[in-house]
Amino acid sequence: MAAKAIGPVRRSFAPWNDPNAKPFIEFRNVTKTFGDFTAVDDLSLGIYEREFFALLGPSGCGKTTLMRMVAGFEEPTRGHVLLDGQDLVGIPPYRRPTNMMFQSYALFPHMSVWENIAFGLKQDGMPKADIVARVDEMLTLVKLEQFAKRKPHQLSGGQRQRVALARSLAKKPKVLLLDEPLGALDKKLREETQFELTDLQMRLGMTFLIVTHDQEEAMTVADRIAVMDRGKIIQIATPAEIYEQPNSRYVADFIGDINLLEGRLSSVGAGGAKLECVGTGATVDVAQDVSARVGDQAWFAIRPEKVTISLTPPADPNVNAVSGEVWDIGYLGDVSIYHVRLATGATVKSTITNTTRLVERPITWEDKVWLSWTRDGGVVLTR
Amino acid sequence: MRRGPSWFNVTSITLGFAFLYIPIIILVIYSFNESKLVTVWAGFSTKWYVSMLSNQSLLDAAWVTVRIALLTATLATILGTLAALTLVRYGRFHGRTLFSGMVYAPLVMPDVITGLSLLLLFVAIGFDRGFWTVVIAHVTFTMCFVTVVVQSRLVTFDMSLEEAALDLGATPAKTFFAVTLPLILPGVVAGWMLAFTLSLDDLVIASFTTGPGATTLPMKIYSQVRLGVTPEINAVCTVLIAIVTTGVLIASIVTKRREVERQRAERLAIQG
Ligand SMILES: Nc1ncnc2c1ncn2[C@@H]1O[C@H](COP(=O)(O)OP(=O)(O)OP(=O)(O)O)[C@@H](O)[C@H]1O
Ligand SMILES: [Mg+2]
Repeated sequence: MAAKAIGPVRRSFAPWNDPNAKPFIEFRNVTKTFGDFTAVDDLSLGIYEREFFALLGPSGCGKTTLMRMVAGFEEPTRGHVLLDGQDLVGIPPYRRPTNMMFQSYALFPHMSVWENIAFGLKQDGMPKADIVARVDEMLTLVKLEQFAKRKPHQLSGGQRQRVALARSLAKKPKVLLLDEPLGALDKKLREETQFELTDLQMRLGMTFLIVTHDQEEAMTVADRIAVMDRGKIIQIATPAEIYEQPNSRYVADFIGDINLLEGRLSSVGAGGAKLECVGTGATVDVAQDVSARVGDQAWFAIRPEKVTISLTPPADPNVNAVSGEVWDIGYLGDVSIYHVRLATGATVKSTITNTTRLVERPITWEDKVWLSWTRDGGVVLTR
Repeated sequence: MRRGPSWFNVTSITLGFAFLYIPIIILVIYSFNESKLVTVWAGFSTKWYVSMLSNQSLLDAAWVTVRIALLTATLATILGTLAALTLVRYGRFHGRTLFSGMVYAPLVMPDVITGLSLLLLFVAIGFDRGFWTVVIAHVTFTMCFVTVVVQSRLVTFDMSLEEAALDLGATPAKTFFAVTLPLILPGVVAGWMLAFTLSLDDLVIASFTTGPGATTLPMKIYSQVRLGVTPEINAVCTVLIAIVTTGVLIASIVTKRREVERQRAERLAIQG
């Protein structure tokens, strides 16, 4: 997260909140069908200049299709894709100011690393000397100077991925499209590369659109995330908003771990709502404006790390509290996950940071415990 | 349990090779025969090769054949590659089954029928028969072989490579010549060689479609054999065999070496 928190410039970067800002890439009511299958369904979306935007969703939800419509490999069946105010429909891929880094890297096997990176520049008729300078610049950028003469099959997976990145960056495109760029890398290399990517994006000032189905990756690199399901966008927000204020059970469940408890609204009002929760068998009090009517079905969603676990009832009468019995403990090293069985039969998860090296836990199996959370710990979802 | 080749395997292989190669070996040996009688060995001599070189009509026929084969192979390779691209790329288009059926039909069509139908066509449209009609006929029947060979290469071709080239600003034509063609080249070259040899040794179709002044070598040999086999014909055939063998050997060595180089490079890459 270090790269994200670098400075005040970054923190105030939020053109999506500015009503005067114009989106750089814009999808207007885009529908894409293959035969009678709808891959993208009446979707509208705006991505701003210099933004790092992530498309997140399960396999087959239409992420790649959306991206291929920006690159020009697919044309929308209905609707428009605009780049910098210009309608892209009908413009072939080789005339679009976008470049793509392919999931399979798609390096030209008969060309050396150098030739691969120079390929796009040659198409523009760039003078030879400039090409040499630019390719060298790119090789330095991805730290592959000594591999210039190698062919792609003489490189490791990580090196190939860096060549693919260098090749797609060489033309300094207005928009870089990354389709699961880090899919083939191991966890450590992946994390390193994620930071390199965010760093690069900030230095080069380009607009990045990344497709991934790894939620951690999206949270790490992106300014905003769009969560998709079956060709539709369910929520667009910053990583923190997506995590803390999901707008639906789908998003809440898709990102991270969460407790979802069904219930019925018993009071709604400015700054607060009450939910008669079937799962906990108690009333849940939340500090939230819920736009629904009393009596409506709703779900209470709370992340395990926001549920406090204790052996005695909480002293503060303003917090929500329920009692139960420790059913199972999952030890993950940095944290432990407690599965607590309530009297209603529902299970609620609570995570505790392991702050000592002691193997003996103060709370253990079959202990009677209290779970508590503050009024702003969880969120009421109505869909 | 050790499983070496059994006596059955050994016998069948020996018989098979004998069946294939003994006639050819006999032909080559007798091309160096001193005697004019093909079946009587009278000592070693290269005089039939000398006489072959001074037989103008034989040389003319050879030259016609080579020109036809070169032209045929080149045209058939271009058309066959285009057909393969269409079949692989445009997965489903109207009339695809018909198109692929029509492309492959000549593979199984008896030569006599191909030859006869082309002859009828040329007569019907009043096309003077000769060099060009043979070329057209040969392109017709060799093209499908090229298509088969190139297509097998194309189905393993990663489409995202072409997309990457387009994405980087290469026009479709540029993409074809800079990316697609170099990668399917082994298939294209193999197709060219196949078309070349098929055209070189075709007798039936050429006999139907040829005209005055365009006698090919196989036709010449055939007509001479009817008057009796001479060692001169054996010499011509030996030269033909040598040319074809050399071609095939070079092609396989090139492919083999590429394969070895690729494997070595991959080993290097893994070692880092
Ligand atoms: N050319 C095509 N013809 C027919 N169907 C297609 C085509 N391309 C994509 N689809 C379908 O459209 C849907 C969306 O595909 P897409 O590739 O966009 O998914 P994705 O979100 O990128 O999934 P993944 O995470 O697995 O890459 C899929 O159900 C897929 O089968
Ligand atoms: Mg995809």
